[in-house]
Amino acid sequence: MMTMNNDHHLNADQLPMTAQSGKANYLQAKAYSTTEGSVGIVTPKVFHSKVPLTLVCNRILPSFDLVYETYGQLNRDKSNAILICHALSGSHHAAGYHSADDKKAGWWDNMIGPNKAIDTNRFFVVCVNNIGSCFGSTGPTTLNPESQSNGEAAIPYGPDFPLVTIKDWVKTQAMLSDYLGIEVWHAIVGGSMGGMQALQWSVDYPERLKRCVVIASTPKLSAQNIAFNEVARQSILSDPDFNHGRYLQAGTYPRRGLILARMVGHITYLTEDAMMTKFGRDLKSGKFMYGYDVEFQVESYLRYQGERFSENFDANTYLLMTKALDYFDPARDFDGKDALAKALSVSKCQYLVMSFTTDWRFAPERSQEIVNALMATKKPVSYLNIDAPHGHDSFLFDIPRYMTAIKGFLSAPFIHDAPTLQPNQSTQPAGAPL
Amino acid sequence: MRMDHQLAERWIAPKSNVLDLGCGNGELLAHLQSKFGVTGYGLEIDPDKINEAIANGLSIIEQDLNDGLARFEDNSFDTVIMARALQAVMTPDKLLLDMLRVGREAIITFPNFAHWQNRLHLGIKGLMPVSEALPYEWYDTPNIHLCTFKDFEALCANHNIQILSRFAVSDSTRHSSALRTLLIRQAPNLLADVAIYRVTKSS
Repeated sequence: MMTMNNDHHLNADQLPMTAQSGKANYLQAKAYSTTEGSVGIVTPKVFHSKVPLTLVCNRILPSFDLVYETYGQLNRDKSNAILICHALSGSHHAAGYHSADDKKAGWWDNMIGPNKAIDTNRFFVVCVNNIGSCFGSTGPTTLNPESQSNGEAAIPYGPDFPLVTIKDWVKTQAMLSDYLGIEVWHAIVGGSMGGMQALQWSVDYPERLKRCVVIASTPKLSAQNIAFNEVARQSILSDPDFNHGRYLQAGTYPRRGLILARMVGHITYLTEDAMMTKFGRDLKSGKFMYGYDVEFQVESYLRYQGERFSENFDANTYLLMTKALDYFDPARDFDGKDALAKALSVSKCQYLVMSFTTDWRFAPERSQEIVNALMATKKPVSYLNIDAPHGHDSFLFDIPRYMTAIKGFLSAPFIHDAPTLQPNQSTQPAGAPL
Repeated sequence: MRMDHQLAERWIAPKSNVLDLGCGNGELLAHLQSKFGVTGYGLEIDPDKINEAIANGLSIIEQDLNDGLARFEDNSFDTVIMARALQAVMTPDKLLLDMLRVGREAIITFPNFAHWQNRLHLGIKGLMPVSEALPYEWYDTPNIHLCTFKDFEALCANHNIQILSRFAVSDSTRHSSALRTLLIRQAPNLLADVAIYRVTKSS
């Protein structure tokens, strides 16, 4: 049921596109990516921490594993490392292939590789699977060591796995940084929930990153965002096969619930235009059947996406990941309308914040809240609002402008206090003071 | 470097905080940043120019100037610069006031529509002016609010904006000659094709 195959929530090759602009973008994008290389075959590694980890929820994980992948070479002074943070259903497998006959590349293979936007010829790239996930790092499907003390065989954590937060993930990523000997990251990059982790890094460990790339993200979820997450959770929780989260022991699986959760989530990643262009009101059989089986193409697509997802993901993981999203709010401990600016005021990195025009899950305005808060405290930040038809999913597409911005930002000189000269009064411009 | 940029450099204090509206590829910001330790942001809408500026390590915000400066707090910059964009925005008067709300001083440059060449085009030939400072045909020009030295100063007077310095330059020649400078000083509205103003709020 649980496999190490990554089924990230977005499948660029299967996504709908809108009529003209989308198609043009998409074709351009393809041309861009085919000229670039791949990191090749990669093997996941495991970092095992025996140090008990106290979580934000005050519970303690006695030990944990982090599965991660690396691409490129770490340089001698360990100054070329870039950390990639994954989104809701992502994993450590961001680039390359796991075997010679592996058909599917990592979830951000169009971004990471030789000569790509995150250039593995220059940078040492690390992508970590977060705790609570189901792709190898310690999570609900891992055996709970504490369950062994009863003299019985250990059982999976299941619903007993503590609710982890973005802050907890960042803490474990910092522990991995220590293990890898990386004191300061050249950059930390993430999209969606990954962007939240990048942002949290800049607040929790301001000395440990030089650049922070926050893509299609938000400083906190809106009521509507939380509402969609709650529908997803209720789908899982109300499935009779959920068995209070102990489905692994019961030998059941809340497949229906997970499919429904994914279907509602998937709708929010796309746009109305994109769905209309791809499916319209097309019928599978060409006529109305006056029943509840799949009739419209869009129904077929959603069910297929949901079913595929349910085969590769864990229901308890989905529940806790959506809660981690809901809880995220780095400004929570601060008051006033400038709370976010206060929260971000400790940062020392340069930021690149990007949103996509058709993203309504984390709309451009949410990214602009981050940008405005950073500018209010004079932090270096650049912001792009990229015209793309794919909604929230846009961050996984090869959009030339988007890729170029990231590439340029990562190779740009880091702003230090420049030597200050007096303005040059000697050159008299042609013209006349009046 | 462009003439108006050279002048802007003279009026901007080292280590000050600036906002550059319509910053293009960030040439001026990069210069001020590396030479004088100036900090700040550039606003731009051209995607390629934004990427060029970001690759130079600058802080650039993608924003249409027509959306105003509401995202910035009052008095958050020492100087707000706008080179040759005033004539291309929807409401130049509102933007000018907004610049002086978010900045202590503003440096504004614009093409002088009353330059003699423009007068010749319109007055004698009967054609909309096309020149080095105004290189567009009437049907494809982004310059929808052209004005003259006199017009701009009248706007400043109406809104209690104090003119700290003004400078008239000619794009058509980069060489300074004593006679030319003298003539421009005598009749800027006729002889200068680019106006540069440094303004502040009247106290």
